[in-house]
Amino acid sequence: MSQTRLLSVLVENKPGVLNRVASMIRRRGFNIDSLSVGPTEDEAVSRMTIAVHVGRQQAEQATKQLAKLIDVISIDDITGLRSVAHELLLVRMHSPPEKRPEILEVVSIFRGRVVDVAASSLIIEITGSSEKVENFIELMRPYGIKELARSGAVALVRGDRARLSLADLGLNGEGGEESEPAPGLVRIGSVAANTMGDI
Amino acid sequence: MIGAGPRPATSATAPGDGAAAAAPRRITGAQILLESLIREGVDTIFGYPGGANLYVYRHLPSYPQLRHVLVRHEQGAAHAADGYARSRRGSVGVCFATSGPGALNLVTGLGTAFMDSVPVVAITGQVPVGAIGTDSFQESDVIGSTMSVVKHSYLLTRVEDIAPTVKEAFHVARSGRPGPVVIDFPKDLQAEVSEFNYPEGPVRLRSFPPTPEPDPAKLRRIAELIAQAKRPVILAGRGILIAQAEAELLELAHRAHIPVGWTLLGTGAFPLQDPLALQMVGFMGAGYTNKAVCDADVLMMIGMRCDDRVTTRLDSFAPRVEHLIHIDIDPAEIGKNVVPHVSVVADARAALRRLLPMVEPKREHEWLTQIDQWKEEHPVRYVKKPGVLQPQEVLEEMYARCRDEAIVVADVGLNQIWSALWFNYSKPGLFLNSGGLGTMGFAFPASMGVKLANPERTVFCVTGEGGFVMNMQEMATMVENRVDVKVIILNNASLGMVRQFQDDFYDGVRSQVDLTCTPDFVKLGEAFGMKALSTGRSEDVGPMLDEALAHRGPVLLNFDIDPDANVYPIVPLGKGMLDFVEVS
Repeated sequence: MSQTRLLSVLVENKPGVLNRVASMIRRRGFNIDSLSVGPTEDEAVSRMTIAVHVGRQQAEQATKQLAKLIDVISIDDITGLRSVAHELLLVRMHSPPEKRPEILEVVSIFRGRVVDVAASSLIIEITGSSEKVENFIELMRPYGIKELARSGAVALVRGDRARLSLADLGLNGEGGEESEPAPGLVRIGSVAANTMGDI
Repeated sequence: MIGAGPRPATSATAPGDGAAAAAPRRITGAQILLESLIREGVDTIFGYPGGANLYVYRHLPSYPQLRHVLVRHEQGAAHAADGYARSRRGSVGVCFATSGPGALNLVTGLGTAFMDSVPVVAITGQVPVGAIGTDSFQESDVIGSTMSVVKHSYLLTRVEDIAPTVKEAFHVARSGRPGPVVIDFPKDLQAEVSEFNYPEGPVRLRSFPPTPEPDPAKLRRIAELIAQAKRPVILAGRGILIAQAEAELLELAHRAHIPVGWTLLGTGAFPLQDPLALQMVGFMGAGYTNKAVCDADVLMMIGMRCDDRVTTRLDSFAPRVEHLIHIDIDPAEIGKNVVPHVSVVADARAALRRLLPMVEPKREHEWLTQIDQWKEEHPVRYVKKPGVLQPQEVLEEMYARCRDEAIVVADVGLNQIWSALWFNYSKPGLFLNSGGLGTMGFAFPASMGVKLANPERTVFCVTGEGGFVMNMQEMATMVENRVDVKVIILNNASLGMVRQFQDDFYDGVRSQVDLTCTPDFVKLGEAFGMKALSTGRSEDVGPMLDEALAHRGPVLLNFDIDPDANVYPIVPLGKGMLDFVEVS
């Protein structure tokens, strides 16, 4: 059964890494719903948040294949965990003066912001879950969407403990210092050992 | 210097154009590369110069400890480096090519090495850093073009990165599941001068953890399953050979009396003469191996990918298995094609060594009797025809002269399967072929690398007339370097395996498989200065092989074989493991 799975991936911040990750996912026949990449608290490390529409076994295979890439430091499948997965929507709305109050009311309900105003259009910014963003888009459609851009999700798991903190992975210290990782953390190198088998 | 084992890191005393070996020397990027290769134990490089690696070639003659073999096409360099690494286990093959076409010509060879997990480091010239991306002369996106067929790749952009990158590249190529690595080396960096300090100590990459130790709980579970098994079978893949775990495999099989079959790439991992030996499994495997696998209650796959050539139709693979065990060093192989009940991610030797003390001696008499009965019912055999030479007659004569010592490199097609099915050594690691990518044209240049890595061994290259001409330009290299390979062409005047498939699975329509218009191989060999012999008669085979072996230097042997000889047994395309068709 296919579903959208969310992978949180820490990678070396090096040229070509995005290419390697995207190429691996394409080569193995998986489809990317969205992919966002940006810096982390360590400038040598980037975080990619990848949404792929796959079945469970495929997701495991995608995870393991990605883990083999030398520039991939760690992968965490955070699907179904209590997490904050937000994306950013920018939408340019057709908004003649008589329709503006209605549009602004919806924006307010969604706790969005107007970030640009022109004679007959507005640019609205919304952040939140993909579901929230989609609901907002549906509500805006009747008014006339002129242009739209979405960032794809970025995500962190809720709670005190970082799941893939750089400290956990021994990235900040002299290297490899073992600290107890958050429960359920999947580290590369032990991916298969922990996810397969009848014992 | 050829044939010396990998050098210890301390033995490097390269003169480097006369520079003194005192405190940090300032040398060019090209020299840094060559000195770094020496530190990594490299003694042989297969390469081809061109505009973008000329600084490297400018300095190469100053390093006589690096033997450079000038191939005649870059694909030959990649395959030769592959053959070198496959045949001297633990070593890394090295090839050079220039930018653009030179680098792109390596791609097939890198893909071949990638599919079969062979450690190769390819160093490609690149246009100057500032010219990258401008479509300058002989520029190609080497990193992009090779991305899906390498384990990793590096584009050098700073001269001070050269030495650490070479060190890391060799580490990546040879550790874990081995594979090819590309270093793309812009021309301007080759000329830039910098201090040379080769990094000390082991490479540690946070993103590339060392291979995990086998999980003892899972090993104990495997030992239990072996103890309970009524119909156990082991399948051995190339992972056994890479890990050099043949002795442990033999011990495990003997202790619990478990029959052992193998994949095409696992050929030679277990001795055929052993009473517990099955044969190759799968699509063109022995009928009795397929029967054993299909009846097994506990099936243990070690160091293999379990691809479609092994499983045939996936749902027909091991239908009675109650406990499927998979041991592999690559986590991504576990569950990729078949989902095991128990899996261990580890080096095959490490896993088997830990497992052995947990395994109780046992013997399932009924099962072994059944296996022996299947062996009698489904022998791997061929039918002699009067007046028409069968390929197996040539191979039997060849193997009779190998005495378990010669290395046999097979190409791709019928010649490959025949060579594998008639391979009968008790010593491991001496049968090589492109099992994963199935690259026609692999064997001839690869055998050159094999011989240079193993000068004390006899090396046979078994190929067809189709595959041989794909890289026959390397005859010049063979002759120039007196690389003593005995090349056996099993000439059936057609693309035999494709012809067999067309005959049996594509309505018998023979389309574009006729190779009767091939060269006169005796004249061809002689034109390159190679001793060459030819026959189509059974009685000539032995004497011709003796003559070839008595000759010092490369020999081309053409055998005109039965044009209708096929591979048997074979599972018809789309059919299951037990639907194998045997020779009638």
